[in-house]
Amino acid sequence: MRDDDDPNPKDPEAKPDVSGVSRRDFLKISGLSITLPLVGEPKMAMAAGQQVVVHGPGKVPMEFSINGRRLKADLEPRVTLLDALRDQFELTGAKRVCDRGECGTCTVLLDNKPVYSCSVLAIEAQRKAITTVESLMQDGKLHPVQQAFVDNDASQCGFCTPGFIVACKAFLDRHPHPTPEDIRHGLSGNLCRCGTYNGIRKAIAQVAQKGA
Amino acid sequence: MRPFEYVSPSSRAQAVSLLGTAWGNTEILAGGTDLLALMKDDVVAPKRLINIKEIKDLRGVSLSAQGLRVGALTTLGDLADDANVKKNYPVLAEALIEAASPQIRNLATLGGNLCQRPRCWYFRNGLGLLPKDETGRELVAAGENRYHAILGNDGPAKFVSPSTVVPVLIAYGAMVRIEGPKGKRELPLEKFFVIPRTDSEREHDLRPNEVITEVLVPPATGVKAAHYEIRQREAFDWPLALAAVALKMSGSKVQTARVVLGYVAPVPWPSPEAEQTLQGQPVNEESAQKAAEAALQHATPLSSNGYKVQLARVALKRAILKAAHRGAA
Repeated sequence: MRDDDDPNPKDPEAKPDVSGVSRRDFLKISGLSITLPLVGEPKMAMAAGQQVVVHGPGKVPMEFSINGRRLKADLEPRVTLLDALRDQFELTGAKRVCDRGECGTCTVLLDNKPVYSCSVLAIEAQRKAITTVESLMQDGKLHPVQQAFVDNDASQCGFCTPGFIVACKAFLDRHPHPTPEDIRHGLSGNLCRCGTYNGIRKAIAQVAQKGA
Repeated sequence: MRPFEYVSPSSRAQAVSLLGTAWGNTEILAGGTDLLALMKDDVVAPKRLINIKEIKDLRGVSLSAQGLRVGALTTLGDLADDANVKKNYPVLAEALIEAASPQIRNLATLGGNLCQRPRCWYFRNGLGLLPKDETGRELVAAGENRYHAILGNDGPAKFVSPSTVVPVLIAYGAMVRIEGPKGKRELPLEKFFVIPRTDSEREHDLRPNEVITEVLVPPATGVKAAHYEIRQREAFDWPLALAAVALKMSGSKVQTARVVLGYVAPVPWPSPEAEQTLQGQPVNEESAQKAAEAALQHATPLSSNGYKVQLARVALKRAILKAAHRGAA
């Protein structure tokens, strides 16, 4: 078994990937050929004597503000913000784990407030400022929360880390000088199955002390 | 998630006219934290979502001589942060913060909190609100019921009412306002919750084409309130039992008491027995214990949840003592 994303396959029998198409690109192209057309004229419904637009169930043109950029996509109303970020806009920092609003790996900021992007429909997130973990690093320099995670060994497998970083940033913006109890409650929406909570608590304390 | 149509009405009248007269085909989308999870699990499969978040007059929190008015779309987070709520209804602010993680509180609305569906694992696994097997045997009574009801469970409904905020609101005497095709109506929050007898009913009195518009909480001046939740985790967990208490004192004695238990029955469970026991009594270990025993005297635990009777007693006793020891708002 080999991972198509692995740049250095160990198996000497393995042929170089002549197409130069990554697994993610391949999935995207194959998906595209099946689902490309069909953004129809909006349907209307009568509601209390007025016409209102009925979106979907097919694809609807949508426009987003993500990390300060205007981005457009045609999506079905049932697509969550998380799936739109990952599958349409290549922003794979927010992770899909429980997909039920419990684990916190999909945390992003919506108008500066942390939310579970799995629990918001993309269509609802239009006209809101969406901020993902990808925007935190500025000019090649890690965000203070990211740097504190590195300094305090606050991740092990790393899968929960992007969600935790966004949640920690939002938490520290609101509580610049948190007590240990504030930290326990304020980060209760993110889970780490490796159990790196001590490192995360230390990382938060470091940022709080520096007053970043 | 199955495909669906999505409509965003801009007024209450539009929303009401877009809703259907039967449950199932349309659902109201507010915060979506519960609804989307139910749709992903195919527990509900609406053909159309009515997004009510564009209806501006369903928002806002205001305080007047009549008390607190909370628009149904107010998020749990915004309500917990409201200066008037913190000052005048501190127990409500506490309950809101304990109700969910920050990420949920920033999305979930108060109206949605009233309408959230039970956490019963039979229901969440698609076996229905009143799950039965093909022979008509009730699955909860015969099966895994350690988190289920110990009161009000004589009918087919064995789940527990899921809101941790509602018992506090009921203790404060909250009313709920609803709008539908026949106009507006208002009822005490405790009357909003009903125990369903058939699969076509829901856990509340809302009709399929009605919308909750606001929650009203009377002034709480001089009220000593508290709530106490017993949970396996300190933060962000569903309680095993909870109690909410609001006491009006006359000197050192209880003039009137409101006592509401949560996570013990298919509805938030007011206890007139405990209220009567407390009336005219000073609050101490003994009177709190007596009230707790009165509240649970008719408990009918299922095969695996007898422990919840004691937990509910403890939650209530501690809530009563906590209320008495804290200053009135």
